[in-house]
Amino acid sequence: MQFRTPIKQARGLGASHHGASHWTAQRLSAIGMVPLMLWLVIGIASHAGAGYSETIAWMASPFNAVLLVLMFGVLFYHASLGLQVVLEDYVSHKGVRLALLIGVRFLALLLATTGIFAVLKIAFGG
Amino acid sequence: MSSDNRPLSPHLQVYRLPFTAITSISHRISGVMLSGGALVLVYWVFAAASGPQAYATASAFLGSLPVQLLMFIWSFVLFYHLCNGIRHLIWDAGYGFELDAARRGGQIVIGSAAALTLIAWLIALV
Repeated sequence: MQFRTPIKQARGLGASHHGASHWTAQRLSAIGMVPLMLWLVIGIASHAGAGYSETIAWMASPFNAVLLVLMFGVLFYHASLGLQVVLEDYVSHKGVRLALLIGVRFLALLLATTGIFAVLKIAFGG
Repeated sequence: MSSDNRPLSPHLQVYRLPFTAITSISHRISGVMLSGGALVLVYWVFAAASGPQAYATASAFLGSLPVQLLMFIWSFVLFYHLCNGIRHLIWDAGYGFELDAARRGGQIVIGSAAALTLIAWLIALV
């Protein structure tokens, strides 16, 4: 018995209405996070205990500033995608789940913007 | 639908999770922990952008012993999530589903995460 309409099959987006896009975005951002995190840990570890001016100089160099901006963007994108799946799996109350999902999205965007703004301010010497 | 008294399978209070199941749930737990750790990252960059005084306050806080201990745990959690994420990507590519490979993979992940944590702290402290 065929219950699916032809248009549903042609679109191939399944019951989620967005197909595998969430899954793909999570993997893509994960691949991006690998080099970014290795670079960040080395950067932070080699500047452990550094003073204000030394830290600022490191963050302000064009290479580091670009990677920091990219890192904050990918990090909070990846985190919000991951937390979304965790909430969808474990929070059974629909209203609470929706509220938390919206909260996670907003918080991720707020933190990413804060991090990126801070890096840009340092990089442009404000 | 009342489902309060239905038995759970596997019943988490009496079922001893296999090694691979522990590495699996740890991936989620570590992801949630890292989302919290990302807050510290934003705090650090934001303090640096706010000026020398704010940075000095942040440095004193981040350099204190309890926070350093937390950072040590956090660094291992980060490397665990990173290595286990690569393990997931290998699965996504269709490899390593045999029971032996899955167990071996989990061991390699924990070993690599421990090694990377040690290397990072060697860079930081030496």
